[in-house]
Amino acid sequence: MTSTVTPPVRKTGSGADRGDGGARRRRLPRLPDRIRHGGLPYLLLLPAVLLELLVHIVPMVIGIVMSFRELTQFYINNWDKAPWRAFDNYKIVVDFDAPLGEALLHSFYVTCLFTVITVGLSWLFGMAAAIMLQENFRGRGLLRAVFLTPYALPVYAAVITWAFMFQRDNGIINHVLHDQLGLTDEPSFWLIGDNSFIALVVVAVWKSWPFAFLMLMAGLQNIPRELYEAASIDGAGIWQQIRKITLPSLRPVNQVLVLVLFLWTFNDFNTPYVLFGDSAPEAANLISIHIYQSSFVTWNFGTGSAMSVLLLLFLLLVTAVYLVATSRGRKGSGAV
Amino acid sequence: MRRIRAAAVITLTTALAATVTGCGGGTSTDEGGSNDSPKTLTYWASNQGPNIEADKKILTPELKKFEKETGIKVKLEVVPWSDLLTRILAATTSGQGPDVLNIGNTWSASLQATGALLPWDDKNFEAIGGRDRFVDSAVASAGAEGEPPAAVPLYSLAYALYYNKQMFADAGIDGPPATWDELVADGKKLSKDGKWALGAEGGNLSNNIHQVFALGQQHGADFFDASGKPTFTADGNVAAVKQYIDFMAKDKIIAPGNAEYAQNQSLTDFAKGRTAMVLWQAAASTFASQGMKPEDWGAAPVPVPSGVPGADKQVNSMVAGINIAVFKNTKNVDGARKFVKFMTSDAEQKLLNKTYGSIPPVAAAQADPAFAAPDLKVLRDTLANSAAPLPQVPEESQFETAVGTAVKDLWADAASGTPVTTESVKKRLDKAQQQMQQ
Repeated sequence: MTSTVTPPVRKTGSGADRGDGGARRRRLPRLPDRIRHGGLPYLLLLPAVLLELLVHIVPMVIGIVMSFRELTQFYINNWDKAPWRAFDNYKIVVDFDAPLGEALLHSFYVTCLFTVITVGLSWLFGMAAAIMLQENFRGRGLLRAVFLTPYALPVYAAVITWAFMFQRDNGIINHVLHDQLGLTDEPSFWLIGDNSFIALVVVAVWKSWPFAFLMLMAGLQNIPRELYEAASIDGAGIWQQIRKITLPSLRPVNQVLVLVLFLWTFNDFNTPYVLFGDSAPEAANLISIHIYQSSFVTWNFGTGSAMSVLLLLFLLLVTAVYLVATSRGRKGSGAV
Repeated sequence: MRRIRAAAVITLTTALAATVTGCGGGTSTDEGGSNDSPKTLTYWASNQGPNIEADKKILTPELKKFEKETGIKVKLEVVPWSDLLTRILAATTSGQGPDVLNIGNTWSASLQATGALLPWDDKNFEAIGGRDRFVDSAVASAGAEGEPPAAVPLYSLAYALYYNKQMFADAGIDGPPATWDELVADGKKLSKDGKWALGAEGGNLSNNIHQVFALGQQHGADFFDASGKPTFTADGNVAAVKQYIDFMAKDKIIAPGNAEYAQNQSLTDFAKGRTAMVLWQAAASTFASQGMKPEDWGAAPVPVPSGVPGADKQVNSMVAGINIAVFKNTKNVDGARKFVKFMTSDAEQKLLNKTYGSIPPVAAAQADPAFAAPDLKVLRDTLANSAAPLPQVPEESQFETAVGTAVKDLWADAASGTPVTTESVKKRLDKAQQQMQQ
């Protein structure tokens, strides 16, 4: 195992024999052994960690500090002077009998439902398409490119196009469903009222399933074909092959894929914001929009930050539970 | 492996944190206002014309004129209304804003409370020719009473009832309605064969507020009491909101599809002859850009219960308008004042207000015969006699969002056939009021 560190040093040294590396070879021994053998990975990580601090950690800490202050329009120009409110903002947002807490709880419920459906459908479509495109056939490359189009399009342009399509009187959705197919008695509303949730899911799935497709397609290519051939000879049908070979083999890919899709979908802001503007219908009022409204529309950054922190804690908890559960499952299956 | 896992946990945690904590940044700006950059200014203009490109075309020659006069180059950015308040708020929080900007006059008190805008005290007003040059009602809608205004009035507007002459003639109606009862009666004659009597912008929160505010005044109610506390559920306000929604829910003179309009689609419907009336502020240039000829439409005062607009219960419009403000931490405070002076000069006021179809808040410019055209005369008379400013309270912006959303949700109920009752209206307004008080 120790050789994993030394070969690159030797390589550099041997390169140096052709010119400048003599000096480099002389410098290297000056690094303390502790760093050379134990700290080198951390040294290499340092620039990234510093950037993370600057770009993520510092704003996050500021956000947490804000959540303890009364940060309204009276202080946003001078927010370090906003009065300290201790846990008052948190008490307000978790008071589920009051309008703000009630609205937060409602948006949390909507977001959970939205996430489960969107991630589920995205995974299902991605999986189906990836399996379909495993076989070599004429036009497979073209289909792959077409399937990836939603992933490549700019989000704003794509979602605003959906917003036009969902318009009640002039949109193509109602034109097809009502005028051409006659499936509805009268043109439906998609951007207001209860149907807005369906519209949101449709756009979100359309936007995120190509990512699932891409990941699963890459994962499928790592499964040896011989496994399928052997299974086929043994009389396994397509469903058995999927259940016994494909899904277990894709387990590591799925573990990451589902987690990433969950985090992206739960925090999705662009889709509802572009689709509905800054006042989303109740049925589609995702938590990201709700936090945005609390912060930027009603000008209460204190309660908005408190909600953000609670959301962060929730997502960390879910992620931790998920990682522990899936890694246990993996260990278990390995033991068998 | 443990090290890798630790690094992965750090990375994941920080990435996760970044996705959910959007708040951050910000620099404090104290007194601000220097002249470190005397040769340039940045200007955020609100979208006044049919589109952003039209505004650029209109304003660019004027900015060149200003540059020629003063040697100060103005970098123009036209910001859509839907983005403007958020942009201003972000600029206020970060301290990184333009030097000069347009604001909706209804936001004046809210933005004044942030302390980010240069107060227009006597000294600053002197620098642009004095406060007396401006019409009183316009200055009154530039900030809270008793404090130096947060901005200077630039374009004044009021609501009028625009109507399609041909559609009225075809329905056998002599002229525009003067009372709401007449409007409903005429509306029922006009709403047939796929055409509708009145247009609305159900998804546009500000527009919702403007309409229910004027109706609320007619019902003798205000959305805030004298101490600045919200009174959204006052009987008059509930009646006003219900009356507005009932045009769709009960009277059936507004097309259900209008419930989701938020991008001025009601103006397009009007210009294309799909609706016969629309309540709007200075819509002439938009109608013209959509192919309508001036003789196709007429403008009349917004109806009132008695038919005669006037003060108190006969108020039929809010004092609408656009103000021009200076960011307190500008690096060119002298240049910014010069620019405000230029934009509010008699000559520019005449030119710009003529172009946009608005009324100059500068008294001398308002006297120009160009503003005596029939439609502009309606706006002028309304501003002079029967318009009231929206509440100049720091929470005005939140009020627009909370009550505007309540009205938007009620439109959605009406459009989908859910009954809209006094109770359901009161419930929505009560929720909006509670949100304001948290």
